[in-house]
Amino acid sequence: MAEFKEISPNAPMAEKALNWVDNRFPLSKLYKEHLSEYYAPKNFNFLYFFGVLSLLVLVIQIVTGIFLVMHYKPDAATAFASVEYIMRDVPWGWLIRYMHSTGASAFFVVVYMHMFRGLIYGSYRKPRELVWLFGCAIFLALMGEAFMGYLLPWGQMSYWGAQVIVNLFSAIPFIGPDLALLIRGDYVVGDATLNRFFAFHVIAVPLVLLGLVVAHIIALHEVGSNNPDGIEIKAHKDTSGKPLDGIPFHPYYTVHDIMGVTGFLLVFSAIIFFAPEFGGYFLEYNNFIPADPLKTPLHIAPVWYFTPYYSMLRAITTEMMYALIVCVIAAAYLGATRAAISSTLKAAVIGGALVLVGLMLAIDAKFWGVVVMGGSVIILFFLPWLDHCAVKSIRYRPDWHVWLYVVFVLNFFVLGYLGVKPPSLMGERVSQIGTLYYFGFFLLMPWWSRLGETKPVPARVHFVAH
Amino acid sequence: MSETTVDTGKRTWLIASGCAGVAGGAAVAVPFISTFSPSERAKAAGAAVEVDISSIKPGEKLTVEWRGKPVWIIRRTPEQLEALKKVEAQLADPQSQRNPDELTPAYARNQMRSIKPEFFVGVGICSHLGCSPSDKFQMGPQPSLPDDWQGGFLCPCHGSTFDMAGRVYKNKPAPDNLEVPPHMYLSDSRLLIGEDKKA
Repeated sequence: MAEFKEISPNAPMAEKALNWVDNRFPLSKLYKEHLSEYYAPKNFNFLYFFGVLSLLVLVIQIVTGIFLVMHYKPDAATAFASVEYIMRDVPWGWLIRYMHSTGASAFFVVVYMHMFRGLIYGSYRKPRELVWLFGCAIFLALMGEAFMGYLLPWGQMSYWGAQVIVNLFSAIPFIGPDLALLIRGDYVVGDATLNRFFAFHVIAVPLVLLGLVVAHIIALHEVGSNNPDGIEIKAHKDTSGKPLDGIPFHPYYTVHDIMGVTGFLLVFSAIIFFAPEFGGYFLEYNNFIPADPLKTPLHIAPVWYFTPYYSMLRAITTEMMYALIVCVIAAAYLGATRAAISSTLKAAVIGGALVLVGLMLAIDAKFWGVVVMGGSVIILFFLPWLDHCAVKSIRYRPDWHVWLYVVFVLNFFVLGYLGVKPPSLMGERVSQIGTLYYFGFFLLMPWWSRLGETKPVPARVHFVAH
Repeated sequence: MSETTVDTGKRTWLIASGCAGVAGGAAVAVPFISTFSPSERAKAAGAAVEVDISSIKPGEKLTVEWRGKPVWIIRRTPEQLEALKKVEAQLADPQSQRNPDELTPAYARNQMRSIKPEFFVGVGICSHLGCSPSDKFQMGPQPSLPDDWQGGFLCPCHGSTFDMAGRVYKNKPAPDNLEVPPHMYLSDSRLLIGEDKKA
């Protein structure tokens, strides 16, 4: 609690007003802690635009969303027509709607870039684990938000996409079918489902998202930003206690970020005005047909940002289960023979592996597909404890580590590409290999991240004045 | 904290009231969660559907809606019935033995999965994730299907394939055959879907 601060009665009006507020609310304190005296490393590159851009897109989505709700009707009988009404009859409604639909894809573009930045520069490493965890939770909430929002136009893709994803839950043994029923609120996706998804999409999930974003930023400002060199700037301070390699967020990065925002808005506007459907990737063509519960479109695929996970779901067939069982047995064998753990723990590893193999044989591949799909997102939460490399940033990792990351990114794109394609035998094989690589990358990280010779890390950040 | 500063009497009551609060909170959650389950109106909407099947020609399919789901009525040609025998080795559950109570009524647990060999009645919802498979009645090689395709259905979502009796092929994402709904023939041309006992 701060002392009550008296100010000279001759002070200017503005100063007196600020003092009056500061004695009742930490306005100046918050401004200093989060802007004018928040020291960020001076060597940020363009990848650091994407955090601020995520915040910008969040604001765009909330504002456009509020205006869409004013005209949209969450009713299976009128939902599709109300979206067309927004597009055709509401003055400038098309613009608001395209901003919102393009914003959804833009959100995932900037968030994927933001996560990629964190991944390669080790921004999840100690002491930033909680920043990363809050970020992963935001990603999860965002996926839920996007999925539920996609049902609202009540087109064919909306309907059958929701049908597939809700049915994922019914694959869970014992409780699955009842759980799916509880989510749908009816025996098929219908009016009840649309209504509740609307409630979640416009109020429940956005509230959670906002809370998580605040937690993400508070945690970040507590520990300070990482940078492309992965060096703690707080290790070298000047006599007044300010980091030598840090600059105040405001005005330096606020002005700097305006450039990123401008670039982003340039591309964003170009898409809204010239290619709002983005060739069927942002708004799928089949979604311009009203939902028909009797007919699945000939080709259904999720929107592009879900397709890598969707590919992994499709990759889990009965055959693939045998490959996975081999992986489990190999992991248990290595754990029992090579790992430096007590013999009771080794027995537990073998026992656990046997139980797992038993379950893998007993339960349908369908359920394991769902586990793999969920696991591919959940595994991100564990990243801070999987990476044991001596250095944080990719700049000082062994060269072959860089190649593992390159292949990881390419693999993610390949999985994403296969997810939008109709199922094929060749695609199935490639996505199975891709799935193994994706999980191998993370699960074997405690082993491979320790290997190889790291490059010397400099004491101060690499910075060229411009 | 040293033991002497703890008032154990107060602590016991703090724990007790904490537990009571949690129990109360959980109890309040019950009505909220309950609102997620199907409403009485949704439960009531499940009446049987009567269909006139006299106009279906051999090789044709009629789709009707029952409980919000597509129900297919297919009049199979002799070649299609013959093909059902050929594909048996490639099927996951040719005898309809998996979950028979939910998927296949006793009167349809045969090779044709039907009461009358000619007419197949099935719910057109894939047992994988609930898409409606598309018709691939034409035999022979075609995209996404094996070259010795004998006619059946392909699920557009995850590539599961079914034969002309809704039986699923092996090593596909879908674990089970298509559901055969309870149904009965009121006469040669009248089919009732949703009930299989005389009222």
